[in-house]
Amino acid sequence: MGDKNLSGWRIVLKEIVRDKMALLSLILIVAITAFVYLTSLLLDQSQIVRVNLFELNKPPSSEFWLGTDQGGRDVFGQLIIGTRNSLTIAILVTSLSGLIGIAIGLISGYFGGMVDNFFMRIVDFFMILPTLMIVIAFVTTVPKYGIMSFTLIMTAFLWMGKARLIRSKALQERELDYVKASRTSGSSHLKIMLVQVLPNLSSIIIVSMTLNLAANIGLESGLSFLGFGFPESTPSLGTLVSYARNPQVLESRWWIWVPASVLILVLMLSINNVGQALRRAADARQRLG
Amino acid sequence: MWKIVARRITIMIPQILLLSIFVFLLAKAMPGDALSGLIDPNIDPKAIAEKRIQLGLNKPWYEQYWDWITSALQGDLGQSFRFKMPVTELVGERMANTFWLSLATLVFTYLIAIPLGIISGRYNDTLADRMITGYTYIGFAAPLFIFALVMLWVFGFHFGWFPTGGSVEPGSTPGTAAYIASKLYHLLLPALSMALITTVTTVQMLRNEIIDTKFKDFIVTARAKGASESRIYNRHVLRNSLLPIAAFFGYELTGLIGGTVFIESIFSYPGMGQLFLSSISLRDFSVVTALVLLYGVASILGSLLSDLILGIVDPRIRIK
Repeated sequence: MGDKNLSGWRIVLKEIVRDKMALLSLILIVAITAFVYLTSLLLDQSQIVRVNLFELNKPPSSEFWLGTDQGGRDVFGQLIIGTRNSLTIAILVTSLSGLIGIAIGLISGYFGGMVDNFFMRIVDFFMILPTLMIVIAFVTTVPKYGIMSFTLIMTAFLWMGKARLIRSKALQERELDYVKASRTSGSSHLKIMLVQVLPNLSSIIIVSMTLNLAANIGLESGLSFLGFGFPESTPSLGTLVSYARNPQVLESRWWIWVPASVLILVLMLSINNVGQALRRAADARQRLG
Repeated sequence: MWKIVARRITIMIPQILLLSIFVFLLAKAMPGDALSGLIDPNIDPKAIAEKRIQLGLNKPWYEQYWDWITSALQGDLGQSFRFKMPVTELVGERMANTFWLSLATLVFTYLIAIPLGIISGRYNDTLADRMITGYTYIGFAAPLFIFALVMLWVFGFHFGWFPTGGSVEPGSTPGTAAYIASKLYHLLLPALSMALITTVTTVQMLRNEIIDTKFKDFIVTARAKGASESRIYNRHVLRNSLLPIAAFFGYELTGLIGGTVFIESIFSYPGMGQLFLSSISLRDFSVVTALVLLYGVASILGSLLSDLILGIVDPRIRIK
């Protein structure tokens, strides 16, 4: 009975605690993130990516916990730094593309009409572009690229889905009485959008950003896997997996690519799990109880 | 229906036009031009400048665009400096391979999705349903490239059941039965690896549709009339539940575009995606431009197809 009066965050918390998988996933995500960011403070990236000819392709040992790769580099260290880089880029891309998507979606949904038409035609155009190829082409075209330019390139082609979602919800919101009431009492459009409409969309935004975060980890590692993500001096999870494109590594040096693959899978599954639990929390019909 | 087709095609024309301008500008932004690959250091720079004028590279960009698009429409997409052959010829070969790969993947996708979706929807909340739902959950989160690598590792290298690269046994003569068999054999593992991942959205969709449909009034009526369970599911439920699957078909096609790039690269399958990646690494930009354009046109056609199918299966859209 008292459920109806719970505040938003209490509902979310309750839903996650009820769903044992989601709780486990959340704990895993927090643990991995904390571990990776803290340990990488102690590791020196340039030290780890330095080629060491005396230690090529060593299997796991007490000195190298996960062995070494074909350049004699410590796989465990690359795994830690790679996870950190992959997570950082996924978080940056998700927030930046989310921000752009939310802004455009909110403006076109709230104003509707011509404004909506204008923005939606742009979205339509971006939707038909073969995103993967164009991102790859851009990555090779940009002369000096690092984390920031990589984030910008990915963001440029990933904001459309969010814009569409927010727009369709904002279109529904603007017809509601509270918006009209606020307008009549003299609130500015900006205030209505940011202070009144946006909070009503927050649950949808959080759910879709969580699911996007998982997808972006996959996308970044996929691009690095193909060789169009970070340069080799900045390892990512995908870089480690990409060594498996060499059949010898794939067949007999599992320690190079299996841990990174498992980590990608665990991260994506856990984030998805939490996202699904959040979705249920946001939609009263789907709550577990 | 014809009205919709006509209207939908009219929308497509500006889309293709915009796409081609975008691709052209992208190509212009890439370092080097059609000549830098051909240039021999012994040639005198004056001759290069002359050649540039001859090729029209000193004209303003819109004139160059016009030249490029008119020759592209006539099937001339320039020369690949790496293979020293016309891009159209080069891409044609690869396109056929990618087409077969995509077709095989689609066939597997539906062969897997329809039975699993039906079992999962009809017997929901049983053990079988839980197992299928678990599979879709993992398949949804697992990145395609990792799954494909594991498939290659297990079935290609460890058991040796499938070839680990290429699209046909080298040395076999085209047209013979052995050639076709070898082609199919090379397709099997890549197509299956992709289908097992891409199918999960369709399974989930079919399951939800069947669960939604089976509690509708017309099913209750059918049951009251005394129709057998199998008749209810095969005729009444399935027919209605397949509509959204059919509508999703065009998006499935667009989704294949990204997927084939990963699959072709992992299984060293000589298709368009593999050509794209190798051309971009070797800076063979005339090939890159042609491929981006082709992929874009393919995705526009995919969305056209999905709208048309939606119009055919759902009369409500036709009336509007």
